[in-house]
Amino acid sequence: MMILAERLTKKFDEFTAVNEVSFEVAAGQVLVILGPNGAGKTTTVRMLTSILRPTSGRAAVAGYDVVRDADKVRASVGVLTENHGLYGRMSADEYLDFFGQLYRLDRPTRLSRIEKYLDQFGLSGARQKRLGEFSKGMRQKLALVRALLHEPPVLLLDEPTSAMDPESARVVREAIESLRSADRAIVLCTHNLTEAEELADRVAIIRRGRIVQQGTLPELRALEGPPVFEARLAAPLNGWDGSLPDGAGLLERGDSWLRYRTTAPEQTNPALLGSLLAQNLPVLALQELPHSLEQVYLKVMQRAAGEDNHAG
Amino acid sequence: MLDELRPALIVAQRETRDQLRDWRIIFPVLGLTVFFPFLMNFTAEQALNFVRQYGASIIGERMVPFLLMIVGFFPISVSMVIALESFVGEKERGSIEPLLDTPLKDWQLYLGKLLSSTVPPLIASAMGMSVYIAGLVRSGIPLPEAPLLLQIISLTVVQAVLMVSGAVVVSTQTTSVRAANLLASFIIIPVALLIQAESVIMFWGDYNTLWLVVVAVVLLTFLLVRVGLAHFQREQLLGREIDVLNIRWAVKLLWNGFRGEARSIDAWYRKTLWPTLQRLALPVLMVAVLLVISVGLGWTQVERFNLHANDITSPESIKENLLTLTEAAPLGDFGLVLTIFWQNLRALGIALLLGMITFGILGMLPSMLTLGIMGYLMGVLAQRGFSAGLYFAGFILPHGLLEIPAVVLATAAVLRMGAILATPTPDRTFMEVWLACLADWFKVMIGLVIPLLFAAAMVEAWFTPQVAIWMMR
Repeated sequence: MMILAERLTKKFDEFTAVNEVSFEVAAGQVLVILGPNGAGKTTTVRMLTSILRPTSGRAAVAGYDVVRDADKVRASVGVLTENHGLYGRMSADEYLDFFGQLYRLDRPTRLSRIEKYLDQFGLSGARQKRLGEFSKGMRQKLALVRALLHEPPVLLLDEPTSAMDPESARVVREAIESLRSADRAIVLCTHNLTEAEELADRVAIIRRGRIVQQGTLPELRALEGPPVFEARLAAPLNGWDGSLPDGAGLLERGDSWLRYRTTAPEQTNPALLGSLLAQNLPVLALQELPHSLEQVYLKVMQRAAGEDNHAG
Repeated sequence: MLDELRPALIVAQRETRDQLRDWRIIFPVLGLTVFFPFLMNFTAEQALNFVRQYGASIIGERMVPFLLMIVGFFPISVSMVIALESFVGEKERGSIEPLLDTPLKDWQLYLGKLLSSTVPPLIASAMGMSVYIAGLVRSGIPLPEAPLLLQIISLTVVQAVLMVSGAVVVSTQTTSVRAANLLASFIIIPVALLIQAESVIMFWGDYNTLWLVVVAVVLLTFLLVRVGLAHFQREQLLGREIDVLNIRWAVKLLWNGFRGEARSIDAWYRKTLWPTLQRLALPVLMVAVLLVISVGLGWTQVERFNLHANDITSPESIKENLLTLTEAAPLGDFGLVLTIFWQNLRALGIALLLGMITFGILGMLPSMLTLGIMGYLMGVLAQRGFSAGLYFAGFILPHGLLEIPAVVLATAAVLRMGAILATPTPDRTFMEVWLACLADWFKVMIGLVIPLLFAAAMVEAWFTPQVAIWMMR
């Protein structure tokens, strides 16, 4: 495992920012951490970069313990922080060269990587420009280049596309996908559920410092219950007798469509199709409506809030 | 070693380059290094001409090195702003976290910041002094002698490092530039007072004492750098968002440190105070040695500061004074006892306050001065042909048997506080360490020192004069 967190806890005086968080990320995997502001995402990332010392529990990154081998952990991690914190009076070249030196890259390596990544993220034209003149999106891209410069095996990315236009965000998402293919372990904190759905191998939903749900996307979707299907007709549903095959339950219906849930689609769907056709109702399409991550997220959060209220 | 230093130098280089690109830093510093020395040249020239009219040219001559020091000091005071915001400023701008994420070791980052805050002001200071000296040469004003020149330059350098080191410590321990600027008074005011004292010494012409000042400032600077390094924690920089005065938390920590695990007074003495005393073994030894040295130093000052009042040390007058004392404080009368007790307690309180702001060093001062005076009096008596041993046995020993150990213990607790504050404590904050040390001091004071001092005060008021009279028969 490239990232391992076991019952990781961080307390600030009497406030518990992260509470017994456990997860694993293997090489070539993306773990997306979802949660509202203040849920403990940044504190978790800071513990994984050895900036904050866990109050209890343990974590290892790239095989190094975050407390005992802090320097080695930091050398193995590329971090995109929430605040990009660029030095406004430096140029992109100078800035990256400075960090390259801190990561002990020799000059030829620094130069070639700076060129490669600036080119990949479309910043080559701005390499001599002062960072104070960069747009928000450019700053975010440059901060990402900084995180990638030493080509670390582990990447911790906090909101990597939050300030970007759709085109730049696409470039960054593609970069993350290629990094996954290159066997990097990636932790991605985001509010962007579409991005999470696109990139995540696993998702951890965090609330008030606690992981309230964790799993692969299919596992999380399964929490929403049996799949939902939608049948769209070429004619109004007026003539429909309203009956559904056994094992199917109607959820909603419109003028010319109906949605139902079924535990056995392989039997229910052909039966329904036959029944509709028999009633001279021409079917335009019959398809599954996948549970969105947003639905899952909201449901999980609602359930967690309910549990908290109950406990309180 | 150079390889280990490299990252610190990279940080320092970047920061320095950043400063040189900021006109808000460059223009004031340039003004103070290039134009201000000319003003001081003019001032020196006018002052020399003025005082010569009255035949007091010595004042003017002494003013020349003083102005040199001021010329060297001003650019540093301005540049202190850079040091004050070195960490906290970056935190506010959000640029500190990427730096903390790199494999830089804490000391490398700290040293890099310290260097970048110290070197440019020192260069500015050297430039200013050079311009001033060149101006003196041009105006035909005699330069200060080489040793004095070296002294002024040394003083300027060590003061610069002292101020910058203090400012960097402040910068690591605050959560906003505003708070850092407010706390800067704790650096500027003591250094301003120090410069006033130095100027007095300089006008007085006691240049040997100035070397002592240089040594003291070097020592203090070393401790400040050590404290800064010891308490620099990545977590501290990012873990706290606001400076809150949490009195409840502080009192709780102090009380827990004071009480320890004990549930009864007996258990407190065994389980809490005794381990604290064991930890004080080395400081106690150091204080004891220093106090013996103080007695010796006091003794050696007899030749230098001759006491002319022979009647004070005549046996008759001593006896007479002792008899008056026995009448004034009869057995059972607590007036004098409380006065002595309060005096000693106050001295130890002052030692704590002095020790807190100087990492224990000046905490030694009250007891060393007292013992120094005692040594001096013994020396005076020996000079007059009396037995110093008799004086010690009759006038000091009866209550000293209780009072001296109490003073040594309390002073050792202050000294240890300074040493602990300058020691790395990765799992505790500066405030937690400080409160733990304060709790140790209270333990020693309440558990031993105060009872001993009270008993010593009773002996001193009621029995010491009797013993002394008896021994003088």
